[in-house]
Amino acid sequence: MDERVYDTKKRPVWCPGCGNFAVLTALRRALAELDLKPEEVVIVTGIGCHGRMSDYVRANAFHTIHGRTLPLATGIKLANPNLTVIAHAGDGDAYAIGLGHLPHAARRNIDITLIVHDNMIFGLTTGQVTPTTPQGVKTKSTPFGNPERPLNPLLLALASGATFVARGFSGEADHLKELIKQGILHRGFAFIEVLQPCVTFFNTYQLFREKVYKIDGSHDPTDFEAALRLAQQEDRLPIGVFYRVERPTLEDYFAYAMSPPPALRKPQAPDLSKTIERFR
Amino acid sequence: MEALHVLIAGPAGAGVFATSNMLGKTLLRHGYEVFITNEYPSLIRGGQQWALVVASAESPVYSHRRRVDLLLALDKQALGSNLSKLGSEGLAVCDTADKGVEDPRVVPLPFREAVKELGAPTVSINTVGVGAIVGALGGDVELLKSAVASQFRSREVAEVNVKLAEKGYSMGVELRRRVRFQLKRLSSSRRLLIDGNSALALGLLAGGMTAFFSYPMTPASPILHFLAEIQREYGIVVFQPESELAAINMAIGAAYAGARAAVATSGGGFSLMVEALGQAAMTETPVVIVNVQRPGPSTGMPTHTAQSDLRFVLHASQGEFPRVVLAPSNPLEAYELGCEAMNIAWKYQVPVIVLSDKFLAESFWTIPDLPRLEPEEGRVLRGEVQGDYARYRLTGDGVSPMAVPGTRGALVYANTSEHDEYGFGTIDPAVVRAMQEKRFLKLRSLRAEAERKGVKVYGEGQVVLATWGSTTMVAREALRELEGVKLVQLVWLEPFPAESFAQEVSGRKLLVVENNMRGQLVSLIREHVLRQPEGFLGRYDGRPLDPEEVVEFVKMHMR
Ligand SMILES: Cc1ncc(C[n+]2csc(CCOP(=O)(O)OP(=O)(O)O)c2C)c(N)n1
Ligand code: SF4
Repeated sequence: MDERVYDTKKRPVWCPGCGNFAVLTALRRALAELDLKPEEVVIVTGIGCHGRMSDYVRANAFHTIHGRTLPLATGIKLANPNLTVIAHAGDGDAYAIGLGHLPHAARRNIDITLIVHDNMIFGLTTGQVTPTTPQGVKTKSTPFGNPERPLNPLLLALASGATFVARGFSGEADHLKELIKQGILHRGFAFIEVLQPCVTFFNTYQLFREKVYKIDGSHDPTDFEAALRLAQQEDRLPIGVFYRVERPTLEDYFAYAMSPPPALRKPQAPDLSKTIERFR
Repeated sequence: MEALHVLIAGPAGAGVFATSNMLGKTLLRHGYEVFITNEYPSLIRGGQQWALVVASAESPVYSHRRRVDLLLALDKQALGSNLSKLGSEGLAVCDTADKGVEDPRVVPLPFREAVKELGAPTVSINTVGVGAIVGALGGDVELLKSAVASQFRSREVAEVNVKLAEKGYSMGVELRRRVRFQLKRLSSSRRLLIDGNSALALGLLAGGMTAFFSYPMTPASPILHFLAEIQREYGIVVFQPESELAAINMAIGAAYAGARAAVATSGGGFSLMVEALGQAAMTETPVVIVNVQRPGPSTGMPTHTAQSDLRFVLHASQGEFPRVVLAPSNPLEAYELGCEAMNIAWKYQVPVIVLSDKFLAESFWTIPDLPRLEPEEGRVLRGEVQGDYARYRLTGDGVSPMAVPGTRGALVYANTSEHDEYGFGTIDPAVVRAMQEKRFLKLRSLRAEAERKGVKVYGEGQVVLATWGSTTMVAREALRELEGVKLVQLVWLEPFPAESFAQEVSGRKLLVVENNMRGQLVSLIREHVLRQPEGFLGRYDGRPLDPEEVVEFVKMHMR
């Protein structure tokens, strides 16, 4: 399918050079190469610069409130597992205000893909510290340097039981596209952390170009210990698939309610007669 | 009205509620009108609790009374602390070992001995006790046995308990001449004895609910338990997520996808849901939120009752948007409004809040069969859409046809930021104004619905007693003793049925009674009909009002 099918023809309002452009292109190409119809896809976005994705991807979409992409996407998927649900969150969205949802989405293995646009800064609110800002970095809200150690999202996802854990980089759009394709095809919760520099408030392009390297064939993605070791690397930053296993999904548990799924049923008066016997 | 009041009291874990249920069912199966209410602390073990079972042959029992004819005490402390509630002609039964006081009204019976004989666990003295009560009341032993049997899932346990009840029954028979109220088998239709929570859950199902998300919080949790238990029979998704934040966002996601979804919580959980309440309104996603009230602020008293979240749910969330707030007073209304909430939410694509409370949620009333209700689909597009689709199309009544994602020919873009007809983000002043006005256009039809269905009236008179929610039942009980008083119940609180209410109260003295301190309905009346009620009675100690105090309050204002 032509990737232009996924273009709403709205001009992105991101700063020139913003890492979000690469994620947008990678997503459109991934969808096109997977031959998914826009009607079958739902893009869920949070609040932040990344949240504009839903204005630019021609598909079904829900632009939700700050931090709640995961429960919202989970609700959509539970109501209609036929849909391909892709959630986009910023690092503030996913790791600060919405962090409480991430381990749960991972452990319950709902079949959605989460793409975190991690620019290690609050973009839309003009440059405050986030949970992934490196220690010591000066931001608008930490003018004397960030006092906190940053969170390691990959370790968190792995420890929470995510069945697909990957990291991509805006500077490697083609590689990212492949990760997104694999994430979408993965049956279960796919977690994709994207190093997405914010050129305006925390330009990390140079740093990442030096540190990033691609995980090669010698890594076995079913080896949990090896994935943990990779995720702990800080001097160099591996990108690619860290971990991948198959486990039953949350929708599987609700299989009894899925033919047809709740979203596709015309409302009907149920027969309550058996249930109310207990009240006689 | 002649009525029987039986109080069952005991420590937590002694089966007070199970006992009241067995007694209630026995009375129901005799053909009586039954009402059960209870009080318990937020503890699993230790602490005392009680349940009051009221029965009448003649007319529905609306609520409790400050009166006890029979007391079944399941331990010494229960006897000591409840004896003062017993009338001078009353009778208290307890185990021989628990009789700590010299009182002619107290009859010790060998409950524990009976349990020992059958090798049953000591906690089952409650079943012997319920047998004794039914025996003393001259009830039908077969109806007692059937009620006891239906209380237990395991057949073995049920059989032992039936035997225990029979033993208790023969002990009770000896006491018959000391009990004036004697049971008859009445020929009345098959009815239900049901609690507010279960009835509301059934109403949501009747309204076509297919997805339910809830994080446990007393006194709303039984809705989750009940729906979880029956989810496979109805093919619905029932799920407990990590928080109320998650619950409501899942419901909104499910509804956006096309599933009729609801959540249930209490005030504390509703506080967390407020964030997404505005999102439901802004994205015009239908969602039903049940708030079973308990006293606040904060954790308050988890297992007690209040009607103090009214102002909160009316104003919760930033910005301005239409919402609907409905308040049932009894299980039948809870069932009807559960379905109606779902229908209104989908018809108008607005959030609908159902305000219940602990007193309604965990008390049982006798009702006739549940009427058959029909879910209404609303303007939902399924299958295929022709032409250019816009989720927020401007229409004459503000309601835009809602396509479900996956529909051929339609891409559905819901946006929690201000948006244009297609869902794209906008800050264009003209579009913003049009969208805000579109959302409020729905208020016109909603007001008409509220005026049509929002007010219920009982009785006639020059004095109006206005109330809402479960206090209506207390007031209806009080009405039996009041002449010239008209009871006006507000079923719809938002939109407020101002015209219908004004009509009912015009030219009459207006009194208000509610289960809160500041008079939240009073302030709504001031706001909507520009009237200052002549009197207000509020109760805010975590207990429902007593009919007696309502009678006294009204009489004081009639003098
Ligand atoms: C409840 C709430 N708190 C705060 C905000 C303000 N806010 C908007 S975006 C944002 C942070 C965005 O950072 P991030 O999620 O990393 O996204 P980015 O802009 O960097 O893509 C904040 C705090 C909000 N919208 N909602
Ligand atoms: S502020 Fe940063 S993240 Fe936002 S658009 Fe500009 S470069 Fe991108």
